[in-house]
Amino acid sequence: MSTPRSRGGPGRRLILLTLFGLVLLGIAAPHAAAQDEETGVGGTLRSRGTGPDGEDEFISGVELTVFDESGNEVGSAVTGDDGTWSVAVPGPGLYEVELNQETLPEGLPLRDPERSRLEAEVDPDTVRNVLFPLGERIGSDDNTIRIVQNLVDGIKFGLIIAMCAIGLSLIFGTTGLVNFAHGEMVTIGATMAFLFNVNGVFGVQFQLIIAAILAMIVAGIGGYAFDGLVWSKLRARGSSLISMLVVSIGFAIALRYLILFQFGGRPRTYADYAIQEQIDFGWFKLVPKDVVIIVLALTILVGVGLSLQLTRIGKAMRAVADNRDLAESSGIDVERVIRTVWITGAALTGLGGVLFGLTEAITWEMGFRLLLLMFAGVTLGGLGTAYGALFGSLIVGVFIQLSTQVIPADMKNVGALLMLVVILLVRPQGLLGRAERIG
Amino acid sequence: MDWGAIIETSFRGLLGETAVVFALAAIGLNIHFGFTGLLNFGQAVFMAAGAYGLAMMVATWEQPFWVGVLVGVFVFPVILALLLGIPTLRLRADYLAIVTIATAEIFRIIARSPSLDEWTGSSDGLTGFARTFYNWSPFDTRERYVFNLFTGNQFWVVIVGWVCVAIAVLVTYIAVNSPWGRVLKAIREDEDAARSLGKNAYWYKLQALMLGGVIGAVGGMLRAIATQSAQPQNFITDVTFFAWVALILGGVGKVFGPVIGAMLLWMILNFTDVFLRELVAEDLIPEAVLVDTQVGQVRFILVGAGLVLLAVFRPQGVFGNKNEMALDDR
Repeated sequence: MSTPRSRGGPGRRLILLTLFGLVLLGIAAPHAAAQDEETGVGGTLRSRGTGPDGEDEFISGVELTVFDESGNEVGSAVTGDDGTWSVAVPGPGLYEVELNQETLPEGLPLRDPERSRLEAEVDPDTVRNVLFPLGERIGSDDNTIRIVQNLVDGIKFGLIIAMCAIGLSLIFGTTGLVNFAHGEMVTIGATMAFLFNVNGVFGVQFQLIIAAILAMIVAGIGGYAFDGLVWSKLRARGSSLISMLVVSIGFAIALRYLILFQFGGRPRTYADYAIQEQIDFGWFKLVPKDVVIIVLALTILVGVGLSLQLTRIGKAMRAVADNRDLAESSGIDVERVIRTVWITGAALTGLGGVLFGLTEAITWEMGFRLLLLMFAGVTLGGLGTAYGALFGSLIVGVFIQLSTQVIPADMKNVGALLMLVVILLVRPQGLLGRAERIG
Repeated sequence: MDWGAIIETSFRGLLGETAVVFALAAIGLNIHFGFTGLLNFGQAVFMAAGAYGLAMMVATWEQPFWVGVLVGVFVFPVILALLLGIPTLRLRADYLAIVTIATAEIFRIIARSPSLDEWTGSSDGLTGFARTFYNWSPFDTRERYVFNLFTGNQFWVVIVGWVCVAIAVLVTYIAVNSPWGRVLKAIREDEDAARSLGKNAYWYKLQALMLGGVIGAVGGMLRAIATQSAQPQNFITDVTFFAWVALILGGVGKVFGPVIGAMLLWMILNFTDVFLRELVAEDLIPEAVLVDTQVGQVRFILVGAGLVLLAVFRPQGVFGNKNEMALDDR
C-alpha cells in the first residue's frame, strides 16, 4: 500500500463513536411520536387504478364496524373523502372489523365478497392498519404479461437483495465470518434514512437522496466501529469462527430489538416518492422510483465488481480472501483491507436498506426478513465472490416472484429457502465459486 | 414497589413451565452441539414438530390424546431429523447453521400459510387438543399451589414437565457415558479420526440429531399444552436463540448445564421484566426512557447482549468446565 498506515487513534475512534451514538439516540424521536397515538384500528379504503386517469380512487362514505373478541360492538366509522377511517379500541387485543358491503359504491365490490369481516390484532398505542382490497384483482389476465411483470419485479427485488448482500459476501470472503447481524445493518440503513428524512436532525429534514447519502455515511461509520470494537478484537484473540457466529447472532437479536425499542413496531414510509404513478412499458408497469432503483443498483454493483478487479485495494481484498497469510506476507496490510471491506460493505448495505425501505415499508425487522434471502443469494452465486452475490441474488429475486405463478404468494420465500438447501447439497461452492471442501 | 410480586414472578421463572420448555430444548441442543458438535440453529422447528404433532393429531384428525403424544414425540421429530439431517449433515458448521435456520423458517412459513388452514389453522394455530391432559390432573384448578405460585392446571403441567426434564437428563447421562456417546464425542473432537476407526460418522450424527430433536419436541409439546394452543408465532427463530442462551449460560457439554441455564435465564428475564414494570409504574423511570409497552423488548435485548458477553468472555458458561466443551474449542 502506498498510503501510510492510517490507524485510527483512540481519540479519533472515540469521536466517531460518540457521533454514531448520538445519531443512534436520534431514532428515539419516532418512538416518542408513537406514544401520542391511541390504540385502535384504521385504514384507507382505496381502489387501485380505477380513477379516470388510471390513478387510485379513494372511497368515501363506507361504513365499518369493529367488534371485540366476544362479538360485542366496540365502535364504527364511515370513511372520509380521502378514504381514511379509524376506530379507537379500549385496549390491545384481537378485534374484528366488518365492512358494510351495502354502503360500497356501485360497480366496486370487495375483491373477495366472503372476506367482508377481517381480524386485526391490535398492539398497544398503535393504530392497526386493516386493508379491504376492492375491485378486480390487479394485473392482466394474460399469462405472458403477468410473467413478464413478475420477472421485472423479481429483477428489482433481486437487485435490492444483491445491494444488501454484497457486504455480507465481501465480509465472509475476507474474514470467514458468517455475519448474522447483517440483516440489522440493512435495517439501520433504512431507519437512519427515515430519521434524516422524516424526523429530521436538529430540526432539519433532508430530502431523501441526501438522507440516503447521510444514512450510508452513518452505516459506514457503524461498520467501522463494529469491526474496530468487536471483530478485530475477536480476530486478535484468535476466536473460532463458530464463536464469532454466535456473537453475531447475539448482536443480531440485541440490535433488532433495540431498533424496535427506538423505532416502534409500526411500518413507516419515507416522506418523498411515496406515491407515484406507474409508467406503462407495454409488457410491464413500473413506478419511476423502481426504474431509478434498478439503474442505481446495477451501476453500483457492476462498479463494485470492476473495482475489485481493477483497483489496488480491490486486488488486495481478493488477495486477502484467497489466502490471508500469503497476502500478509507479501506486504498487504490485512487489517486495513478488512477495515475497508467493513466500511464499504456496511455503507452499501445501508444504501440497500434505503432502497428496500423505498419499495416496501420501513419496519424494525425488515433486515431480518431479508437475511435468509441474502444467504440464499450469496450461497447460490458463491460466497465471497462479488459477481456471485449479484448473480445469485438476481436468481433468488426472480425465482421468488415467478414462483407466485404456481404457489400461494404467502409462501413465496419457501422456494428461495429450498433453493438454498438444494444448492448447498449439489454445488456448495455456488455457481461462480471455486470448488473447496466445506463438509 | 411490590417486592412480593417481583419475588413471586422470579420464582415462577425459576421453576415454571417456561424454564421446563427451554430446559428440554437446550438439553436437545446440548446433544446436538455439546456432545456431537452440530451447530443446529433450527431447534424451534423440532419444538414445533412436537407441538403440531400433538395438535394436528388431536384437533385436525381427531385421534386420541396418546396417539398425538406418540406422533409428536417420536414420529414428527424423527421424520424432521431425517429431512433436515440427510441433506445437511455433510456440511461444514457455518453452512449447517444457515441451513437449519432456513429449514425452521420454511416450516414456519408453511404452517402460517392460509392455504393450509384446514390442517394447521394457519397463523391462529390449533387449539382444544389438551383437554384430556388437564382431565387427568389430580389438582383442583381453583386452588393455588406452592406458595400461590401456580394454579392447579399450571402445577400439573409443571410437575409433568419436570418429570420429563428428569427423564431427559437421565437419558442424556446414560447416552453420553455409553460407547455410543463416546463415539459422538470423538466425532465432535475429530470427525476424520472417528471415521478412520470405522465409525459411520454421518449415521451417528443423524442419530444424535434425532435424539436431540425428540427431546426438543417434548419441550415444544409442553409449551403447546401449557398455552393450550399451537401457533407458528410460538416457534419463531428467536425461540432457538433463547434455547442457545440457556445452553451456553448453563455450560455446553455438561449434562445438567442446560437445565440450570434455562432456570437461571428465565429467573433473570422474569425478574428484570417485573422489576422494570414496577419501576415504570412507580414513575422511577421517566417516560422518555422507557414506557410499559417497551419493557417486553428489554428481555430480547438482554438475551442478545447476554449471548455476546457469554460467547466472548465465558464460552464455557457459568458452571461449565473449560476442558469439556467450550464454544471456542476449535
